[in-house]
Amino acid sequence: MAEKVLMKGNEAIAEAAIQAGCRHYFGYPITPQTEIAAYMAKRMPKIGGVFLQAESEIAAINMVYGVSAAGKRVMTSSSSPGIALKSEGISYLAGSDLPAFIVNVQRGGPGLGGIQPSQSDYWQATRAGGHGDFHVIVLAPASVQEMASLTVKAFDLADKYSMPAMILADGTIGQMMEPVSLDIGAQKTYEKPWALTGTKKQRKHNIVTSLYLQPDELERMNFERFKRYEIIEQAEPLHEAYRMEDAEICVVAFGIASRVSRNAVDAAREKGIRVGMIRPITLWPFPKKAIADAAKQVKAFISVELSMGQMIEDIELAMKSTRPVTLINRVGGMIPSPEQVLGGIEKIAGGETK
Amino acid sequence: MIVAKRPDSLLAVPTHYCPGCTHGIVHRLVAEAIDTLGIEGSAIGVAPVGCSVLAYNYFACDMIEAAHGRAPAVATGLKRANPENIVFTYQGDGDLASIGMAETVHAAARNENITIIFINNAIYGMTGGQMAPTSLPGQVTQTSPYGRDVTQCGYPVKVCEMLSQLEGPEYLARVTVNSVKNVRNAKKVIEKAFRNQIEGKGFSLVEVLSSCPTNWGMTPQNALKWIDDKMIPYYPLGVYKDRSGEEA
Repeated sequence: MAEKVLMKGNEAIAEAAIQAGCRHYFGYPITPQTEIAAYMAKRMPKIGGVFLQAESEIAAINMVYGVSAAGKRVMTSSSSPGIALKSEGISYLAGSDLPAFIVNVQRGGPGLGGIQPSQSDYWQATRAGGHGDFHVIVLAPASVQEMASLTVKAFDLADKYSMPAMILADGTIGQMMEPVSLDIGAQKTYEKPWALTGTKKQRKHNIVTSLYLQPDELERMNFERFKRYEIIEQAEPLHEAYRMEDAEICVVAFGIASRVSRNAVDAAREKGIRVGMIRPITLWPFPKKAIADAAKQVKAFISVELSMGQMIEDIELAMKSTRPVTLINRVGGMIPSPEQVLGGIEKIAGGETK
Repeated sequence: MIVAKRPDSLLAVPTHYCPGCTHGIVHRLVAEAIDTLGIEGSAIGVAPVGCSVLAYNYFACDMIEAAHGRAPAVATGLKRANPENIVFTYQGDGDLASIGMAETVHAAARNENITIIFINNAIYGMTGGQMAPTSLPGQVTQTSPYGRDVTQCGYPVKVCEMLSQLEGPEYLARVTVNSVKNVRNAKKVIEKAFRNQIEGKGFSLVEVLSSCPTNWGMTPQNALKWIDDKMIPYYPLGVYKDRSGEEA
């Protein structure tokens, strides 16, 4: 069994990225994710890597674009307002079909908002923050261990599908400490014949661009990209089902909200309420099939979120509004208590659906 | 005996530039520098947003298209990924001195080992002739129809003078290409800006005063004369910083 070390969630992301072969990090300080930059600033010079504190989030994501175009694994990390600034660059990465790893350790918004945990960037992440038709792969860790393992997975998915992949975490998972194993196994390698490494006068020049002035050509690029997205939507959704075997009520929650909900589900089970939980691990692609299948079994859904209700729309879409969904939420940096979630479960179990 | 030929680093394709525009001359000088220094196989060019957005179709080396103003950040990424590559950006005045000012200043402050070719033609060309950060006081453009009013729009940005105040950059020079003599000098300066990178010296920027007959509303000949009469007095030619102490 692999050795476990005690780490903060943010540090686990940083070390896992290094283990996954990332040697280039660009970022700009913002709470609550700065531990990632601090860790990289210490580690990268010792392993022949590059840590660069950029002049802005905008510059950082464009440095990422440059390294990715050169064919190397690269990352940036930020928190909500910083990710908004990166969104143009993320669109360019997607439009140029370049892999990249982006971390959003969310804080409350909108605007400058606060610095406490939030999940209110769900729409920004899953609807793709940035202009144009595109997606990024979005992974939602619920533990420090998953901060590490999903980081490695994000690098692999980004390379496999040549597109940006994002960890959508929150301030709680980022800041808390848990034992984590960093034994990530063998690294996969991906061919990148499009990479800009110099022609060595042995091949035609490579061009990385997202500009297509002929509308039919731009349309074709969009169609082709979305064919790839369809494959991802079939092959890559991930979720955890918890106590769903005989459930009549299904709680849906990710990240820190899922940890609160797990306690609430256990407490409700103690009281004889048949409730389970589906925890999406990929937010895009959303585990639609798991939700649709659950709808055949349960009477009602509960969406537990640290937002005004964003994922709830994906739940409605996945089961085509065939079951009622209730939102249980706190926002602005507040976190629902297990008692609040249990209270909600009890109301639904008692027959109240909205 | 071959007296002149297309540089190997310039592809045999037609460009989209307007008649009389000096982009063609500067493209050729960049390509000649790449040929002369033997770096075609290791060079990577970063195209901007603006008239030269399609430069990636014209140079024979690897090329990338950057978001508006972000070319120095993209070049930083490319150079840090593979320091053996020779990375250059080719940017206009709106790209470099307006929307991308932060990237320009900080790449210079870091003495990032890249080469920047900065086309200053005092106007936004691609979008049809709007006021640029380098448009001259009183200059009539689509968005300064009564002439650039410095009380409302402020003064033009003198990029070489400004950057020369920083410790960081290795080499800053302003040239123009409106006469044979000036083209010959520009060729030497551009070559030096690339050689500096090969020698690991750091950030080298060449500002090229350029003409835009289409959006200036002039004949190509008058446009070249306008550079002499109006631009050079405001933007004096010369080497603004050279840490190696050599004259270009």
